[in-house]
Amino acid sequence: MQQNYLLFRIIGLLLITGVLLAIPSCRSDRSRQGGREVSLGDFLTEEDIFDDIDKAKKIFYSLPSPLETAMLLKSTGIDYDEMLLNDLSSVERYSTSKSKALNLGIYTTDLSFASLFDQAQTSLNYMDVTRRLATEMGIDDAIDDETLRRLEQNLDNREVVMDIISETFFNSSSYLKENDQQQIAAIVLVGGWIEGLYIGSQMAGEEPPEDNKLVERLAEQKLSFSIVERMLEDNRLDPSGQENRDIAELIDELQGLKAAYDNIEVQTSAVTVGEQEDTAEVAMLRSRTIINVTPEAFRDLQSAVRSIRTNFVQ
Amino acid sequence: MRKYLPIIIALASLILLSQSVDAQCKGFAKKLCKLELAPYIHDGNYHAAILTEGEEAELYKTFYTGQRYRIAICGAEALPPIEFQIVDAYKNVIFDNTEHDMAPTWDFSLESSQQLKVIVNVPVSSVQAEFPNSGCVAIMFGFQEE
Repeated sequence: MQQNYLLFRIIGLLLITGVLLAIPSCRSDRSRQGGREVSLGDFLTEEDIFDDIDKAKKIFYSLPSPLETAMLLKSTGIDYDEMLLNDLSSVERYSTSKSKALNLGIYTTDLSFASLFDQAQTSLNYMDVTRRLATEMGIDDAIDDETLRRLEQNLDNREVVMDIISETFFNSSSYLKENDQQQIAAIVLVGGWIEGLYIGSQMAGEEPPEDNKLVERLAEQKLSFSIVERMLEDNRLDPSGQENRDIAELIDELQGLKAAYDNIEVQTSAVTVGEQEDTAEVAMLRSRTIINVTPEAFRDLQSAVRSIRTNFVQ
Repeated sequence: MRKYLPIIIALASLILLSQSVDAQCKGFAKKLCKLELAPYIHDGNYHAAILTEGEEAELYKTFYTGQRYRIAICGAEALPPIEFQIVDAYKNVIFDNTEHDMAPTWDFSLESSQQLKVIVNVPVSSVQAEFPNSGCVAIMFGFQEE
């Protein structure tokens, strides 16, 4: 009798575990009813694309990866300034899973930034610290000895270096997502994205000139910020249904940035598809974006980013 | 107790299988789908899931000026060719691979930065089967500086 009772408990436990493990792959529906009629002459804000989000079963939110973030910054014509990177020795301070995740993203953006500016020794140092954090987070296969050797041997080949960074970031994010650590994966992404905002906003200086490409680039990150918000809200609950404290905290910490972006206007027109003149195979998406950012709004953005980033790296 | 052992083993296997299928998705994305991105550089993000015939997924991403992008959508062998559309904030379909021989990739650049939605659909196979097929579907992005 007691044996049967024990058996049913084991089977019950296995069934419950199975259901809990299945939850992350199903937990993706988010209700946003609506949708509105628009004409091609209208301009929409960054929120409108989410109008009919409830129709799909699985939702992905994609932020610029650390590598893309660094590339987006470099394309504005900025210079390299190593003083803006997070200090390597700070890694000793990161003891919680949230601070490790945030700074894994931050260091990966720093690594990408240094690599794009051909800073060989700095790239090696940041790869090393990234590896250390990944290992501490249990992601053992993100960066192995072979990866470091490959990096050392190809430091003068930017394409290979970018491929290595891309692969190590892929290893980390896929490991986290496939081991029910989607919340941690989201935090890593936010850390990397904030670091890009920080480097860019510091580089812009206190009085950036009008029609500044870097200021525009930072302002249009408002489009990605709305994805950050959605992604974090979608990850607010753990697989067990409990509120994830790290995510809830992070949402609170980003409120200053939300307020700053509320004062920056970014509106986009509808897209039409044409072909690019020089490369026929690459389609050109034609549209207009209106960006309104006053000097005061930009200073608020700089201040909000600096405050959040200081909090992340301390 | 011993007569129930097969049930316990079957349930445990089911749980372990759900985990290993996920791990296969990572391998599938890395080993197969990433190849579709060349010569573009993979951004490093991972978006993959097990989908069943008839299921749909959506991805939201902002694309920026000054870069060329390649989107690659790959499905496991067990699945029919994957359909995908790219839609702007006005719900205009700006690309539909069913109108381009089910192409698994699309290359584009932008005049101005845009938030776009990628809608992925696993069509129901025309071959009659007892159960619908399931398999990994990966959405990957590559970029190049213009």
